[in-house]
Amino acid sequence: MSARAFLVRGLLAGLLAGIVTFMVAYAVGEPQVGAAIALEEAGGDGHSHSHAEGGEEGGDEGGEEAPEVSRTNQSTWGLLTGTLAIGVALGGIVALVAAVALGRIGRLSPGQSTALVTLIGFVAFALVPFLKYPATPPAVGSGDTIGLRTSVYFGYLLVSVVAAALATYGAVRLRERFGTYAAVVGGTAAYLVVVVVAGQLFATVNEIGDFPADTLWSFRLASLITLATMWGVLGVALTGLIGRLHRQQQAVAERKAFAASL
Amino acid sequence: MSQSATAPVAGAPEIPSIPLRELAPWALFFGLLGLLVIFFISADQGAVSIPSGTLIHEWVHDGRHLLGYPCH
Repeated sequence: MSARAFLVRGLLAGLLAGIVTFMVAYAVGEPQVGAAIALEEAGGDGHSHSHAEGGEEGGDEGGEEAPEVSRTNQSTWGLLTGTLAIGVALGGIVALVAAVALGRIGRLSPGQSTALVTLIGFVAFALVPFLKYPATPPAVGSGDTIGLRTSVYFGYLLVSVVAAALATYGAVRLRERFGTYAAVVGGTAAYLVVVVVAGQLFATVNEIGDFPADTLWSFRLASLITLATMWGVLGVALTGLIGRLHRQQQAVAERKAFAASL
Repeated sequence: MSQSATAPVAGAPEIPSIPLRELAPWALFFGLLGLLVIFFISADQGAVSIPSGTLIHEWVHDGRHLLGYPCH
């Protein structure tokens, strides 16, 4: 068990998570992205892409000027780039956090503490920020507010992740004195209080306008499935790899102990 | 509970842990590297642009939307 051993397994698990996430996002998410872009193009002026030069619909095919990246590339190689890079980066970070947590969260085994770290990571880094600032399809969101939306999204994400880390640390300390039940309840409650209060204080973003509710729901569901796939595959793969490493090391230690006893 | 946390029951397998001194440089360097990658995929050329332009934004456009990051 070493930092290197965790990092290597985290990167591998992240790579796998990125590949699976791409397949799920392509199958489940892309039809919804396509539907939103079709609405955007049919709707005309309502919500324009800020990233297109001048603010027209240059980001998508069908605009007058040639798009910088074609829709085909965006939905295949572009999407794959995104999911792979995020998967590997998250895998590495989660694995190093799991390395810190190893042997420090009660008496959880290496596999168990790794699984717990990934679960907390999913809730704090993906699920809770999603509930406050849900994913928006193309055609929703004004280019003028991208600065505000970016800062409140990542600000809230930071609050959530820091609160989760502190709540976990607090729960570990609480467990030493009051036991596991009090630690889990106390830690979870503290985290929830922080993110709910922060959720009330942080600015609300509503730029949906008259975007069709059914398309919006389908897109958001697809986005949530994409995020859950990323973290789910990462967690399952990393937990499996760390558990296997632990068993191998145990076997080696047992053999050494046996040899020494002869 | 508190006793079992300090003095493991006989036969219970010992759980290894990695000293924080050993972990710190790994966590710092690769943590920052990972955050940098996440920044480029999730937010670059939206609110902040390094480098300026829209190519990175356009290239990872769909991933950004589907992974829930603010896009445009």
